[in-house]
Amino acid sequence: MYVAVKGGERAIDNAHAFLAEERRGDPAVAELGTDQIREQLRLAVNRVMAEGSLYDPDLAALAIKQARGDLIEAVFLIRAYRTTLPRFGAARPVATGTMACTRRISATFKDAPGGQILGPTFDYTHRLLDFKLAAEGGAVPDAPMQPAPSASLPHITTFLNRDGLIETAPPTDDTPPDLTREPMELPASRALRLQALSRGDEGFLLSLAYSTQRGYGRTHAFVGELRIGTVAVELDIPELGFAVEIGEVELTECETVNQFKGSKTEPPQFTRGYGLTFGQTERKAIAMSLVDRALRWQELGEDHTGAPAQDEEFVLMHADNVQATGFLEHIKLPHYVDFQSELELIRKLRAEVMAAQAEAAE
Amino acid sequence: MTALSRPDWMGLLARAPADRLAQLLPDEPQARFLRPPEIGTVMVRGRIGATGGAFNLGEMTVTRCSVQLADGVVGHAHVQGRSRDHARRAALIDALMQTDRASDVHTRILAPLAAEEAARRATRAAKAAATKVEFFTLVRGEDT
Repeated sequence: MYVAVKGGERAIDNAHAFLAEERRGDPAVAELGTDQIREQLRLAVNRVMAEGSLYDPDLAALAIKQARGDLIEAVFLIRAYRTTLPRFGAARPVATGTMACTRRISATFKDAPGGQILGPTFDYTHRLLDFKLAAEGGAVPDAPMQPAPSASLPHITTFLNRDGLIETAPPTDDTPPDLTREPMELPASRALRLQALSRGDEGFLLSLAYSTQRGYGRTHAFVGELRIGTVAVELDIPELGFAVEIGEVELTECETVNQFKGSKTEPPQFTRGYGLTFGQTERKAIAMSLVDRALRWQELGEDHTGAPAQDEEFVLMHADNVQATGFLEHIKLPHYVDFQSELELIRKLRAEVMAAQAEAAE
Repeated sequence: MTALSRPDWMGLLARAPADRLAQLLPDEPQARFLRPPEIGTVMVRGRIGATGGAFNLGEMTVTRCSVQLADGVVGHAHVQGRSRDHARRAALIDALMQTDRASDVHTRILAPLAAEEAARRATRAAKAAATKVEFFTLVRGEDT
């Protein structure tokens, strides 16, 4: 129960002034610009956009600065800001097959047509601290270039599907449910689950996905394809009667290919898990596709092993870090009256126990 | 360069850097707002398994604007981000492209924007192409 408390205004104002000073840090050190955050801490910006569920790198950079680098606080700021904006409409679904890829790899198809493109990755680095970065200055040499094919890269799973070995995902024209407009109802459709997972906490999804790899709802996942790049966003404009591109977003897409021995309803084939996230956020996209696949056990007629990643309610109701931190952190706010009543209850119970003990001793 | 359709040039204007539009349109034509620049969002959607039913991925910020030139021609813009100036200029250029100034606007504004965008994209694609690898399966050593 919340009970209003009065007073403390001056202390609160002073605490916020102290916060502002601490945020700035040592004034002898140059202040961090939001453009620097946007350009040089881009993966943090991407995470805030993905979990904040709002694609705007400038806003995400501002939120990170305001939150002093606390990314969950930054996500909270973005979510709060989003609620102040009108929504003009919904774009046409993005065509990830036409993505301008900066990265595109497959762990399953060595000779994927179009090739494996590593892109700007931490993979194959030695994870040794680079002290050159601690020293200021020095221009970074231009990355090497090679002629690029002009055609877009087809999805790698389409090659496997020529033999009919992989499940297909036929298009539909259904309007997808939107958890930002309607409260989430369970059981959820796969479309609703994907929306919840895409804005879910990366750490939570990482741990759940890892748990499936260790045997809690194992689905034998391989990365069929991971691609990162930009896609156009097209919006139908009612005044004009046609669709126009309103911009481009960078996305990470992961398709897993999962071993499937068949069930009462489905033939033996490879099944798929799907992850799609804002920005270059590949750990999140891979985790999302593993969790998506684990949640499909019922649809595919698999056994429910009681694994957390198979439990839709457990996954979807705990994936959102703004909800989670809101409920977790509220317990530090004034609960004096609640606590006062608990205190009185404990005193009463103790008195009763003491009295009973004293009576027994007599 | 071939003629652009209206969706083509509207897309090009939306994707252009806001400050570049300001450079390319230093003198704005007389116009009134039918809809002053307004900041909002558009829901971005994906498809399940890349090809299946749609799902809501998350929103993006968008600014929209509609203008009417003195001669009555109407221009619209929906541009990514929160720049009112970007949306206003894009709407003005959309209107100008429907007037007898289209050819001039195309040469001075759209053609440079298209060339710069093509160069940006080509550079990025070429840097990605330079990271293309071929993995070889090695013969296992124990039998040799």
